[in-house]
Amino acid sequence: MGWVSFAFLAWLVGWRINSWLAHLPRTRATALGVPIIFGVTVIAIWECLVRGLEISPVLLPAPTQIAQTFAASTAILWEDFVQTVLKGALSGYILGSGSAFLIAIAVDRFPFLQRGLLPIGNFVAALPIIGMAPILVMWFGFDWQSKAAVVVVMVFFPMLVNTVQGLQDTDAMQRDLMRTYAAGYWKTLLKLRLPAAMPFIFNGLKIATTLALIGAIVAEFFGSPVRGMGFRISTSVGQLAMDLVWAEIVVAAIVGSGFYGGVALLEKTMTFWHPSQRR
Amino acid sequence: MRNVGPILTVVAALFLLWYGAAIQLNKPWALDKAQRAGVELSFNELVADTWSQKKPKLPVPHQVGAELWKTTGEMVAKGRAFSKRSLLYHSWVTFSSTMLGFVLGTLLGIALAVGIVYNRTIDMSVMPWVIASQTIPILAIAPMIIVVLNAVGISGLLPKAMISMYLSFFPVVVGMVKGLRSPSGMQLDQMRTWNASPSQTFWRLRLPSSMPYLFTSLKIAMAASLVGAIVGELPTGAVAGLGARLLAGSYYGQTIQIWSALIMAATLAAILVGLIGLLQRMTLRRMGML
Repeated sequence: MGWVSFAFLAWLVGWRINSWLAHLPRTRATALGVPIIFGVTVIAIWECLVRGLEISPVLLPAPTQIAQTFAASTAILWEDFVQTVLKGALSGYILGSGSAFLIAIAVDRFPFLQRGLLPIGNFVAALPIIGMAPILVMWFGFDWQSKAAVVVVMVFFPMLVNTVQGLQDTDAMQRDLMRTYAAGYWKTLLKLRLPAAMPFIFNGLKIATTLALIGAIVAEFFGSPVRGMGFRISTSVGQLAMDLVWAEIVVAAIVGSGFYGGVALLEKTMTFWHPSQRR
Repeated sequence: MRNVGPILTVVAALFLLWYGAAIQLNKPWALDKAQRAGVELSFNELVADTWSQKKPKLPVPHQVGAELWKTTGEMVAKGRAFSKRSLLYHSWVTFSSTMLGFVLGTLLGIALAVGIVYNRTIDMSVMPWVIASQTIPILAIAPMIIVVLNAVGISGLLPKAMISMYLSFFPVVVGMVKGLRSPSGMQLDQMRTWNASPSQTFWRLRLPSSMPYLFTSLKIAMAASLVGAIVGELPTGAVAGLGARLLAGSYYGQTIQIWSALIMAATLAAILVGLIGLLQRMTLRRMGML
């Protein structure tokens, strides 16, 4: 009973502090502190409830237990990280978004292709592309190449659609100005249209970060060598080793947020001039 | 309608590419077979063989089409539309958990958005986590959710729907927060001069003006929800549903089955998103926003 009432207390205290902080004038410290306190409170409640209600670790391990497993199995986690993230997700991400970018520039030269490809790209972007995973695993084998292929297919269309839209985001006045400067196609592309497309391209890149990780992990459910995050998750679930599963999830969460945050940071430094980035 | 020509051209090009790729990918097997039989294949025979293998690396559209017809139209004609071999049955299983997850996710999303718009504390503490929650590849834990919920005694539709819910609530939250905050200061002031109560402001101004945003996010949520349902079906041991068909197909190398399940999933996605688009147009037209 003690733990449960402590959980209640933690909730009360956390909420109190947050509602006090939230009504202070908004500064950087409160904007950062409030969500952190919320997260800490949730973890504290989780820990207390698991202990107080004696929930079996097979169902839901306590945060402290997950942390212990995390610290104890860093070698396995690192191996899985290299296999899934560095080899599978990252190489697929670079290949997929890079080729989508190049094709978008090629498509942009032909309005006919553009009108035909854009609706199809939009349509395909809404399809459950992850279903391609078993086919690609069959084509490219069990190792990371097939995971990279799944990631390429998943990130390609969001990236293509965003880049094509971005390249159209200049108005006639700006293009006319380039023409009065006697700038040719390539100069206009480099100096006007690509910079103008940057916010769209980064939007596509940000969407693609999550898709890349999801693609690489889910593709491993369809067959993989004996390492990788998806492999570890599905086998550990079978062995009811939930603490290891949660440790993998922590890794996935850190990688996912870090990846996204990195792209967002890059966006901030490269498109500082855009209204959405100005304060 | 001026886009029809270009779209058809691109689609036709894709089909050509598909048939060509099928020849390339299925050629080794065809040549291998011919060599063992000790016959020389002419080009025509080779093409005919690559387009009609039983377990091709890449089945061609007409093979997939035939399989689709066999598992849908023909089953219906025989009066066994919902037998376990019918793709309609599997689509129905996936559809029902998609819908349940979609509805739950939409309700959760709207509730959270109202909380975020009306309560500063919720806004500041929850909103960053809502965004962070999407950078986490949640589909990775689908197997765990299914197993854990099964252990607690919840099985069937709900575990799959939970995954769909998690994937679909996010676009709704983000869209609805934007939508509920879209009335301008002038409009809000107008409500104040009319001495409107907070609930009147909500029902008569904020909610109606959030509708365009809501429908846009519902489309994304629906597509995400379908993906969630399909992935949720993978770890259940391939019992039923389109995801189960994909997994079973990959176990037994039944590529035609995989492709037909894939096309079915795509059709389902197109129909569901299209329906929301229709609903959107009808609603917005009645509200005078179109």
